[in-house]
Amino acid sequence: MSLFAIMISSILVNNYVFARFLGICPFLGVSNKMETATGMGIAVTFVTTLASVITYIIQHAILNNLGLQYLQTIVFILVIASLVQFVELALKKISPGLYSAMGVYLPLITTNCMVLGVAILNIQEGFNLIQTTTNAVGASLGFFLALVLIAALREKMDIADIPESLAGFPITLIAAGLMSIAFAGFAGLV
Amino acid sequence: MKISTLFKNGIIKENPVLVQLIGICSVLAITNTVENSLGMSAAVIAVLTLSNIVISLMRKFIPAKIRIPIFIVVIATFVTMVQMFMNAYAQPLYKSLGIFIPLIVVNCLILARAESFASKNGVFVSAMDGIAMGLGYSVAVVALGTVREILGSGSFLGMSLFGESFQPISLFVAPAGAFIVLGLLIGLFNAFVKKRITD
Repeated sequence: MSLFAIMISSILVNNYVFARFLGICPFLGVSNKMETATGMGIAVTFVTTLASVITYIIQHAILNNLGLQYLQTIVFILVIASLVQFVELALKKISPGLYSAMGVYLPLITTNCMVLGVAILNIQEGFNLIQTTTNAVGASLGFFLALVLIAALREKMDIADIPESLAGFPITLIAAGLMSIAFAGFAGLV
Repeated sequence: MKISTLFKNGIIKENPVLVQLIGICSVLAITNTVENSLGMSAAVIAVLTLSNIVISLMRKFIPAKIRIPIFIVVIATFVTMVQMFMNAYAQPLYKSLGIFIPLIVVNCLILARAESFASKNGVFVSAMDGIAMGLGYSVAVVALGTVREILGSGSFLGMSLFGESFQPISLFVAPAGAFIVLGLLIGLFNAFVKKRITD
């Protein structure tokens, strides 16, 4: 698959939120304001890309060579957890501005299933290192896009008159469903 | 703590899916058929109960500062065991659940129970809490799976319900259907069940 096709596929056609259901927790949790959505989007893009590259190297250099493929889940989640900690420490030292912009979202990313999901899918699809990076960037941009779209909608829905029992998460889920129908229109693009 | 309160909390009052809205990713992804829903429920109950037991056993030795990585390793170990077990004894289910089996590791539900319950309570109570929360997850997932399979494929557990002339509404097995049905299900739960408990 060409790099362009991978990118379009992971942003639009197989959007990780709307078509693959990865990263729904932060998608619902931090999408109530445009500002927080942007912060989370940047943090996720950064960590997902870094994690995909590192897990790719670990899978091919260590796990495959030693025949330890069954340890994949344990190793990957540990790598991601420590990577998040490391990124947090490094950012605090190097760029306090960026740290204050995405600092609060970083610890939440360990349990964002998109990071682990993208890392495992990259291995399953048999991507090489460049394809892995492209797919990770595309996946995070797709997540970013979904997050910003739904945050914009929720800001409008705050002032709308919604039935009491649907207010909050239920109506957000229904809106996400309608958006997912729109995204299904991209099918066949790649 | 009484066991019956634990179960009431897990299934109704603090239902992980319908009230707390945690661990939604797998809920949306695997509810396209009832069979997948049942398989995932079994996996989640197994991992949740076992990890609660082990974490509760170790709760006095785990240093507070590095507890989260330790919880994650314990959970990941059980997830790997469940994954290998399914691959060996339930191949078709393993294939159709796919990536969502390893992703049980990052299901916030399991980490949340480890952090807020198992690390503070005894072994037996923690095991019961694991089963109760797991059942709460299962109730929601199976309900969602039933609605989606009946409307989306016109069948229940793979058996055709309406004969050949029935035209299934494929929207309901598509990703969009998952979001909409879950939204409506939580809305219904809020309207009929939650009101009654708070009153």
